[in-house]
Amino acid sequence: MDLSLSRGRSLLLLALAAVIVAAPMVLPGIEGAFSGTDDVASQAVEAARPGYIRWIEPLWSPPSKEIEGTIFALQAALGAGILGYVLGRRHGSRRRDVDDR
Amino acid sequence: MHIMEGFLPVGHAIGWTIAAAPFVVAGSIALRRTLRARPEARLTLAAASAFTFVLSALKLPSVTGSCSHPTGTGLGAMTFGPAVMAPVGLIVLLFQGLLLAHGGLTTLGANVFSMAIAGPWVGWAAWRVATRLGLSTAVAVFLGAALADLATYVVTSAQLALAFPDPASGVAGSFAKFSGIFAVTQVPLAIAEGLLTVVVTAALVGRERSGEAGLHPIAGGR
Repeated sequence: MDLSLSRGRSLLLLALAAVIVAAPMVLPGIEGAFSGTDDVASQAVEAARPGYIRWIEPLWSPPSKEIEGTIFALQAALGAGILGYVLGRRHGSRRRDVDDR
Repeated sequence: MHIMEGFLPVGHAIGWTIAAAPFVVAGSIALRRTLRARPEARLTLAAASAFTFVLSALKLPSVTGSCSHPTGTGLGAMTFGPAVMAPVGLIVLLFQGLLLAHGGLTTLGANVFSMAIAGPWVGWAAWRVATRLGLSTAVAVFLGAALADLATYVVTSAQLALAFPDPASGVAGSFAKFSGIFAVTQVPLAIAEGLLTVVVTAALVGRERSGEAGLHPIAGGR
């Protein structure tokens, strides 16, 4: 696969993605508490099957929303760290290739 | 979002686990083979896995007024083939199931099937078809990533519909209802993931061409 983008195009695509993600929070007429679709679906199951009780609870749940947020942030940070490392190395090695020439 | 712990009846939980298991085994073998043949691919694989890690941690708002997260599996499926994403997705889902009570162990098979098998295969197929049709690499990558994301939640909706068919309208009615929750929410997020994946793929595999970016003035003479 060969794919190259100019810096301007990359920034444009990233800005567009950011707008798409942010839009629901500012657009008028969108109702909802922005709760997770998994919670919404669980409620739908309980509504469709009154009396359905989840037959097993999670082994462990984060004790509070704050701690849950921290663990989600940790997950994102781990991923972003590794991704940034690889992209940085690629970028650096490309520069070296060029410098060697 | 994944199916929560305990929200699939026992039979379905076991069935999806049995369905997903061979893909995880085959994917692990494919992964080892790839790394043995191309040790230099290790870093790209780490980046593709890390991308899934980041994106599935980000719960984003959508037009339905609820939140969901992208999957990030399309990138790896397009660079390494869809098979290797099964073990990669399993690791992400285990992390979230064990540490975040997001998804779960009894629903792990079903969630692996949607996010780590169906999504990557659909995304990979869409990317291949788009390439064959002569679409540009950027458009093909966009389609591959966006459809891998969307397909994941279409399958999640189908899994819940099969487990909880509507008393009046059956599985089809129930599928419509769960799609309204999962798939519709996912549409804008899938588009955003597609755009982001194009940028990340270019950074990962792309080669700057002379004069195009102005990023490397020193490369101008190439």
